[in-house]
Amino acid sequence: MATRPGPPTDPRPTLAVWKFASCDGCQLTLLDCEDELLGLTERVRIDHFLEMTPVEGAGRERARLQGRGPYDLSLVEGSITTAEDIGRIRHIRRMSRYLVTIGACATAGGIQALRNFADVEDFLAAVYAQPRYIATLSTSTPISAHVPVDFELRGCPIDRRQLIEVVTAYLAGRAPRISGQSVCFECKRRGTTCVTVAHGTPCLGPVTHAGCGALCPVYGRGCYGCFGPSDQPDLPSMVAQLRRDGMSERDIQRVFRTFNAASPEYAPVPDLAAEDRRGPPPA
Amino acid sequence: MRADADVDASRPSGPDGLVMGKDGLAALVDVLIRRGFTPVGPTVREGAIVLAELGSADELPYGWGVELEAGRYRLRERADGAAFAHAAGPQSWKPFLHPPRVREWTADRVAGELVVTAERVAPPRYAFLGVRPCDLRAIAVQDRVLTGGAYRDPGYAGRRSGALLIVVECTEPGATCFCVSMGTGPATGPGYDLVMTEVVDADRHRFWVRSGSREGAEILAELPARPADPETRRTARAGVAAAADRMGRSMPETDLRELMARTLDAPRWDDVAGRCLTCGNCTMVCPTCFCTTTEDVTDLTGDHAERWSLWDSCFDLDFSNLHGGPVRASARSRYRQWLTHKLGTWYDQFGSSGCVGCGRCIVWCPVGIDITEEAAALHDWTRSGQPTPEPS
Repeated sequence: MATRPGPPTDPRPTLAVWKFASCDGCQLTLLDCEDELLGLTERVRIDHFLEMTPVEGAGRERARLQGRGPYDLSLVEGSITTAEDIGRIRHIRRMSRYLVTIGACATAGGIQALRNFADVEDFLAAVYAQPRYIATLSTSTPISAHVPVDFELRGCPIDRRQLIEVVTAYLAGRAPRISGQSVCFECKRRGTTCVTVAHGTPCLGPVTHAGCGALCPVYGRGCYGCFGPSDQPDLPSMVAQLRRDGMSERDIQRVFRTFNAASPEYAPVPDLAAEDRRGPPPA
Repeated sequence: MRADADVDASRPSGPDGLVMGKDGLAALVDVLIRRGFTPVGPTVREGAIVLAELGSADELPYGWGVELEAGRYRLRERADGAAFAHAAGPQSWKPFLHPPRVREWTADRVAGELVVTAERVAPPRYAFLGVRPCDLRAIAVQDRVLTGGAYRDPGYAGRRSGALLIVVECTEPGATCFCVSMGTGPATGPGYDLVMTEVVDADRHRFWVRSGSREGAEILAELPARPADPETRRTARAGVAAAADRMGRSMPETDLRELMARTLDAPRWDDVAGRCLTCGNCTMVCPTCFCTTTEDVTDLTGDHAERWSLWDSCFDLDFSNLHGGPVRASARSRYRQWLTHKLGTWYDQFGSSGCVGCGRCIVWCPVGIDITEEAAALHDWTRSGQPTPEPS
């Protein structure tokens, strides 16, 4: 299965973990796989993972930011926010047999994609004493905007069980068993009482991608959409319901402007949220 | 319950039943536990009256009622201290008889050989305390679906055959209830082991109890109860009869099966599709929806695999995903599939309606879509001079 000319005695496929603009939380999820971690290292050789080790490859050489490659499976965290990022992700794609993005940043642009809705020059002037030292793009974009991606794992951060499932599926040569249905499915299967119906709590569960196990509703909180949109989310009906649950236009805009702010599915939200103020669009 | 030919002979009290106080309810839970049952009944949790395992009758929701509306559920306190004066809660008995996740089998590679092991877990013997007549019918509907045809679900059959059903007739319907329209309540139909009717007067809190099976009669004989007086029987019957007149909802008075077949092209389906989130909540809370999907999982070693069955929903895109994509890609087609099956084609498939009138799909729809309102709108459409093609 291995594609690199490594030591002939090591048949394990190679795994690499990459970071772009991100907080490292999704990479750490791999290290959080405590019970499975030793089993994982028997099945794959972790070849490049700067969060874990400063060396890489079978020869344990000093790791390079670009890696030495090639790799069987690359897990990519973070979004593309600089010109260097674009060159590096293309290089990583060329060196990787399978490329899987992990988390909201790599899959949707992350919280840092809020810059897409404003002028990044204004932020630079407000934050940095010497903005001229900062070289950045005006947008934060997902990995899939730059290179072909084999699978996108959702969440901020990703779910540990889903990460193991993706790696396991890759090793077994099958499709990952990850559903695009809504959080409501997971919530009901867990037997959790609906926080919207029973308590009037605003909840994005009906339009949010499953995968977390309905973590927030289990603790009596509304879902805030950290896994991004589910398959075919019905935003008009969801926004109308959030309004009935007491959210203002500003609240509604802001609840969708978090880790998956730049998801194309959320694009109609500002207009939908403003409908009450402006009245329905002319026929 | 199991069919007993000599039910009457086993009744210690005759058809008039017995009457007992709150202490009788406490004794009932104790007797169930002593007889090896796992008692399950209503109790207050997470701001709702949910169904959960009971350690004692103290956990019953004494003094709690509910206020129901489309998309809205609220607990409210009751001054009368009644234990069963509440309508359907967030779950039915389905999660106990037809659980959301069930492992079917495991497979292991042992010395190069594949060994498949069927899941064999002895199910607990549940005693369901407080089954509403609508839910009793729902259990019968699922019995037909999961054990009454050519493809029996042995796991369901195992859980079901050991279950003891203690019905409490309905005296406090909710604003979303329509069991009268569906012919399932508020008085009980057959199939129970014990049936109770709760009566709360100014200073007396009592339960009129009758048995419907030998096991029910044996249990009843162990309770601190006395022959039911005519006044208690009369008051109990009157409470149930009054409940029939206080249904918050009703279905249009027409042949619903025919209505579904005649309205497949009604514009109302577009209207409801504009509100439906396709979140699947209605199917999950429905006491008769039975669909499951199958998942095969492997572990990291590749030497161990498991097959799981888990609740699925016709509102999920993957549900109808065939080669080339989902057959029912639009929200319109998915909502229509659910409603026409529930009220119409269920008759063709299983010989009855799939709806028992419990109202859960109305309450637990986050956006408050109302099955009775949708059926009424379709009915109005057929009466407004619209073309009504013959069912094909």
